[in-house]
Amino acid sequence: MNTILYIIQKEFKQIFRNKGMLPIISILPLLQLLILSNAATFEIKNITFSYIDKDQTTLSRALIEKFDASTYFHVITDFPSIKEANAAMAKGEVDVILEIPRYFERDLSNQQDTDLSVTINAIDGAAAGVQNSYINQIVKDFDKKAKILMLPPSDPLNKPKNIESIPSSWFNITLDYKTFMVPGILVLLVSMITLFLSGMNIVREKEIGTLEQMNVTPIKKHQFIIGKLFPFWVIGFVLLTIGLIIAKVVFNTPMIGSLWLIYFYTAIYLLVILGMGLYISNFTDTQQQAMFIAWFFIVIFILMSGLFTPIESMPYWAQILTEFNPIKYFVEIMRMVMLKGSGFVDIIPLLVKTIVYAIIMNGLAVWSYKKTN
Amino acid sequence: MTDTNVIQVENLTKKFGDFVAVNAITFEVKKGEIFGFLGANGAGKTTAMKMLIGISKPTSGNAKVAGFDVFTNSEDIKKNIGYMSQKFALYDDLTVKENITFFGGIYGLSRKKIEEKRQLLVEELGLQNIVNELVGSLPLGWKQKISFSVALLHEPKIVFLDEPTGGVDPITRRQFWEMIYKASNNGTTVFVTTHYMDEAEYCDRVSIMVEGRIEALDTPKKLKEQFKVNSMNDVFLKLARNIE
Repeated sequence: MNTILYIIQKEFKQIFRNKGMLPIISILPLLQLLILSNAATFEIKNITFSYIDKDQTTLSRALIEKFDASTYFHVITDFPSIKEANAAMAKGEVDVILEIPRYFERDLSNQQDTDLSVTINAIDGAAAGVQNSYINQIVKDFDKKAKILMLPPSDPLNKPKNIESIPSSWFNITLDYKTFMVPGILVLLVSMITLFLSGMNIVREKEIGTLEQMNVTPIKKHQFIIGKLFPFWVIGFVLLTIGLIIAKVVFNTPMIGSLWLIYFYTAIYLLVILGMGLYISNFTDTQQQAMFIAWFFIVIFILMSGLFTPIESMPYWAQILTEFNPIKYFVEIMRMVMLKGSGFVDIIPLLVKTIVYAIIMNGLAVWSYKKTN
Repeated sequence: MTDTNVIQVENLTKKFGDFVAVNAITFEVKKGEIFGFLGANGAGKTTAMKMLIGISKPTSGNAKVAGFDVFTNSEDIKKNIGYMSQKFALYDDLTVKENITFFGGIYGLSRKKIEEKRQLLVEELGLQNIVNELVGSLPLGWKQKISFSVALLHEPKIVFLDEPTGGVDPITRRQFWEMIYKASNNGTTVFVTTHYMDEAEYCDRVSIMVEGRIEALDTPKKLKEQFKVNSMNDVFLKLARNIE
């Protein structure tokens, strides 16, 4: 026990004496949370909108005004013909082209069908889908109002009837993407920094030659590993705390569930990440190698965590792969507890998986650390 | 008199694939002896030493260090030996004091004992002014002397020194050897590798490794007689030339 304390004491001294380390631990996560939470948005805004108005009537202009009034569309210009519009699309100057046919107003007032042509830049398919639905919404809304305008007011029976669905959003009432992103990004920064720091730790001693000295001492494997893990475990909590404070103060993220539950889960989750880091550290020879491997895993973990793309829409094999992704578990827990207010019982299945994972990773870390070659 | 042998090695061999790094070496080291372990670069000295200190598993043969078997009790060996490696082995980013505390601590010394040892060490080496300096900021000579003292902190039966005076000035080397003699007088066995042949003359007995084998083993005086030369340097050159 005493031996472990001596190792922990030494590790903390070294961490805080390393001039590059303090900013990594304190400032970087702060920046990451502030920048990413504001920038990584799913909302599609500032769509560059252009149109070809072949009708040039009150009604066609009213439609364009509607687009102009919307906060999503940024109406830049009208093109005389589809040819110029297409050229602008090819150059990437516009995202959407709306073509209003001739006799648009006349057909509508005669109760005839008329078609609007919409061209969307669909390089980003998801964004194009969202843009399409915005456009449809505006057109539908316009259609309804146009009908009322054009129909004789004396005929109440003829008043158009519509079915409307009224959504009610649970757990994130204002549909604020930050509420959704902040807990996830907080998970990322806690995971990334603890993985990198622990991944480079033992291998650093290998590089400077002190690991050999350690191996000649009667230090026990578990003492060494625990002594090495503990400081980073504490740093993980510090990061989480800083992050939660920023989430509350800056983003006003709801925290419905128990924070204790989050801390409890983090205690176990960090063991997974640290075990992984030390395992990487054990089978690499330089900090550079360790960094590359840690990077490789963290990128996969982040992209497959469900933070940026929903896991439900991944192919089946990818969904199975995400079962091995600790970050996915943590993101899920954070959202469950913070946004839905889930309690201990709700998180048991995820908790059990995390515990098993922690046991395996730390088992591997202890096993792969060999004092004798 | 086998019970006075603190190191006993028989046919110890280490192979890396087809390459035989250490080829069936046999020797013993007596308690309190200064045993010089010589050889050219790549002769297998470091590999042999690593087997004795329990961080490399031998391929075959037998060896006992401080009464413990290198195959089965390497962790018990580690409690009874001190080691100072070729690469500098204290933590550069800790102070002298912190290094002493840390190494004392992991060898299981009590706080009180560590404090005592530290005061003794500071006095003996005259470290009063640098005890709170980072080790990384000290000159190599100081580092090596402190490193040796730290290796002796837990009063080991045997201390292994792997080229301890490499790159150190002659005065510091002299002081270093005075420290070695002192440790030896206190009953600590010293197992030392070196490239300096004048240092070989200071050893009680010397073995010379050539291509994984021990080609010569005796006191410096007898080796010089045996090879009919005046210095250890010539003994070494004669042996090394034989293989060419």
